[in-house]
Amino acid sequence: MSLRRQAVAGVRALFRRRRADQDVSDEVEHFVEQSVRANLSRGMSPSDARRAARLEVGSAVHVREQMRDEAWENVVETFIADVRYAARRLRAAPGFTVVTLGTLAIGIGATTAIFSAVNPILFKALPYPNANRVTVVWEVRADGGSIDGSFGMYRELAARNRSFEALAVFKGWQPTMTGPAEPERFEGQRVTFEYFRVLGITPAVGRTFEISDDRPGGPNVVILSDRLWRRRFAADAAIVGRQITLDDASYQVVGVLPPAFENVLLPDAELWAPLQYGMSQGRAWGHHLRTIGRLRAGVDAAAATRELNQLGNTVIGELHPPTYGKTTAMLVEPLQNDITRSVRPALLAVLGAVALVLIIACVNVTNLLLARGVRHQSEFALRAALGAERRRLIRQVLTESLLLSTLGGVAGIGVAAFGVRALVALSPPGLPRLNAIDVDASAFLFAFVVTTAIGVAFGLLPAIDAARSDPHGALQSDTRRATYGHRRARAALVVAEVALALVLLVTSGLLLRSLQRLFAVDVGFDATHVLTMQVQTGGERYRDSATTIHFFEQALAAVKQVAGVETAAFTSQLPLDGKADDRYGVAFESKAARPANDDPSAFRYAVAGDYIQTMRIPLERGRLLNEHDRSDSPPVALINESYAKRTFASIDPIGQRLRIGPLQGVTIVGVVGDVRHTSLAVARSDAVYVSEQQWPFVDNVMSLVVRTRGDAADLAPSIRAAIWSVDKDQPIVSVALMSDVVARSAAERRFALMLFEAFAIAALVLAAAGIYGVLSGSVAERTREMGVRSALGASSGMLLRLILRQGLTLTALGAAIGLVGAVAAGKAIRSMLFGVTALDGVTYAAVIALLTAVSALACAVPALRASRVDPALTLRAE
Amino acid sequence: MTVGFPFDCHILTVNRNGHILTLMAEPTTDVIQGTLDMLILKTVSLEPMHGFGIARRIEDISRGVFKVNPGSLMTAFQRLERAGWLDSEWRQSENARRAKFYTLTKAGRKQLEVETTDWERRTSAVARLLRAEA
Repeated sequence: MSLRRQAVAGVRALFRRRRADQDVSDEVEHFVEQSVRANLSRGMSPSDARRAARLEVGSAVHVREQMRDEAWENVVETFIADVRYAARRLRAAPGFTVVTLGTLAIGIGATTAIFSAVNPILFKALPYPNANRVTVVWEVRADGGSIDGSFGMYRELAARNRSFEALAVFKGWQPTMTGPAEPERFEGQRVTFEYFRVLGITPAVGRTFEISDDRPGGPNVVILSDRLWRRRFAADAAIVGRQITLDDASYQVVGVLPPAFENVLLPDAELWAPLQYGMSQGRAWGHHLRTIGRLRAGVDAAAATRELNQLGNTVIGELHPPTYGKTTAMLVEPLQNDITRSVRPALLAVLGAVALVLIIACVNVTNLLLARGVRHQSEFALRAALGAERRRLIRQVLTESLLLSTLGGVAGIGVAAFGVRALVALSPPGLPRLNAIDVDASAFLFAFVVTTAIGVAFGLLPAIDAARSDPHGALQSDTRRATYGHRRARAALVVAEVALALVLLVTSGLLLRSLQRLFAVDVGFDATHVLTMQVQTGGERYRDSATTIHFFEQALAAVKQVAGVETAAFTSQLPLDGKADDRYGVAFESKAARPANDDPSAFRYAVAGDYIQTMRIPLERGRLLNEHDRSDSPPVALINESYAKRTFASIDPIGQRLRIGPLQGVTIVGVVGDVRHTSLAVARSDAVYVSEQQWPFVDNVMSLVVRTRGDAADLAPSIRAAIWSVDKDQPIVSVALMSDVVARSAAERRFALMLFEAFAIAALVLAAAGIYGVLSGSVAERTREMGVRSALGASSGMLLRLILRQGLTLTALGAAIGLVGAVAAGKAIRSMLFGVTALDGVTYAAVIALLTAVSALACAVPALRASRVDPALTLRAE
Repeated sequence: MTVGFPFDCHILTVNRNGHILTLMAEPTTDVIQGTLDMLILKTVSLEPMHGFGIARRIEDISRGVFKVNPGSLMTAFQRLERAGWLDSEWRQSENARRAKFYTLTKAGRKQLEVETTDWERRTSAVARLLRAEA
């Protein structure tokens, strides 16, 4: 009751201050009047009565103050007054305010944005119960590379192991849904029945897969993602049991996953069906399935690895599977490590870079506040001398610092929100968990608190100084010793800024040179004027491999008819598209062949049409594949040059025979140039090109490559139309220029480079601002000295040089310290470099030149000002 | 805690409960903190009254022992009003000026009883002590 009255009365007083004041005045006036009347009635003269009453009551203003002092709203009012005053002071120094706010916004915003992106990817647990027990199982090749597992191995391991609660294998699945609505192709997965148990997820509606679903010829059942259920089925409550048509077959929906489910193994997946493999199938031992497992509580990845290694070798010893060597090695790794492996070094490097930016921002804020403090020292001294309470002074400075930090924080949130959105938009395709990225409140708080603490600490220094010190001394112009100390501190801060900026500049320089080197790499084919798209066959009609081959042949013929098409071909995989990793073990029959060093596998390209010509891969020896290499003719293959050289040395490879995966007795008929398959940076180029017709099974997803005469992009619609003229139900996806595919293959590096460049530029600008600030402050303080020097005969050129030297000395000192850091930073990002060493001379030279030029520029303005000092004026002014 | 004592601009040290620790003032003009509230409540309990009336009444009845400064008085009104013990009302006074009249609320009456009892308990205790001393 009384608390409410307190609040209401206080708020009313706050918002209706004038009315409240009027009430008090009225009451006081009434009091006075009554008092006068009483005095009169006591026999005083009217003027005496009035004077006595006034004396008794005092002024209305005084009463008002007294009443306000006791009311709680007074605190609010003082605070508002302080904020107003602080705002006025900040407005009066727009340069300082803008630079400080900008620095805070960049420091807080960039740190928050980067941490927001990195945190869910690298540090936060995956969104599964006991996520640390969810692991990936790889089979490890002799060269240390990891390969997919096989169904046979999964079955054996699942039956024998003691380390896992559940194991599952899966592969990608892109079914096309037909029905009343337009046909649509989805990303999905074929999974063994325990897939969701491994992840620890149960459907929100319906059931998960059971072992009875997961056998050859088992029922066609499917589980939907929440998104798909809402989008395609309007969140139909009676979805379970409904039949939907996928690839011309009818599937029964058995469950819908919860809305929060995040499938990190394939983020775009929207539906899941059982794998339904059996051991009698030829593919049972093929390495094309990924394996995941949920560890039992208390079992770690290393122990599980040991067990699976042992079991794997037992299985090989008992069953002698054809696709395995004499021994095998297994690797169990936490799922989180697995999905972040490719991006981890870049993300950690970026995190390091942004930490440097935050430090630079802090240094800059410190610097700015120190400079401001020096300028305001005498003001504080004066106010202290005039009787301002120390508490009051400090409170005002505190308000100002907090106002500055708050504004900086607000701007920082803006930068962070924008930054996070930009990061997601620009992120490379390999970045996992994109949808989990959001502005991270704790990161923001951290950056905000750090910068605020610094702002408050360094903002308070001058006020404490003023309040503590004897104002008399401070008021006299004997501030030179104090400012000298401050100047030293500020010079040290500038040195630190330059050093940090150099570290960032060198690292981003190294990354830039790496990217340049990378794009200078000869990919082995000509990507200009080549259009690519993925064409897929699916459905009942294409169960038959002859039909599939026929479809691709017809589609190719139709594409070739399109005006502007020079040559065209289908290939089972496209180099550098990020998915090209279709490798098979290769064995050469000839005894002359040198055994492969460690990894006997090569990339398999099953092609139809003029693939080599279309890609303009040079033919070194022999002949190309042609239309005579049909399923009924003897199998032939092309291999690449370095592969041939390494294997056959001086012997002619033409006519030699090899076995690749399931295809035996293949004669080498030609040797073609080396091609980069998986990434520009990976030289591994062993490849075998065979005719699609001669490969034992049919690839139902092929990439079309088309060389065009004019602009390749213009032909995309007519080429698509040509394919659909053969069968309008076959989905076409991933339409892209080959040159873009190549460029995208370096997207992760480009992403890291872009961030580093942004940070380096920010660092450079902040460092330049720091140099400028220190020098212009020092010139202003030394105006008198300049005047004396000038009067004693120093030319303006000499003065110019004096200041320039001062500035460049700071730069040189900073650069020298920064070099040490840069060498360390270069070493730290070594894994991201390509074609340059961490000590690349060109980078270092260029960065030092740039830094010198920028700092010279920052020195120039204060130096010019110093050189133009008029001795007569300055001396008189003192 | 040190607070500005709200009347006569004397500085007092008072603890949270309003108990006075030190007091430096001429004896005739001071109203002990807490006591002022009680005196106001008591005065208003007789009839609704405006500020001057209350001041004069306290002065008269105490025979000039307590002289209340208007600033302290109005601060006390503000406090008591916000505590819910007084209600106020603007009335037109005799010569058409706005005058604020205070009345005692139900809660105020209860508070007055509490304070009166408390006061009597204290004074009788002090009186007993003084008698024993003498």
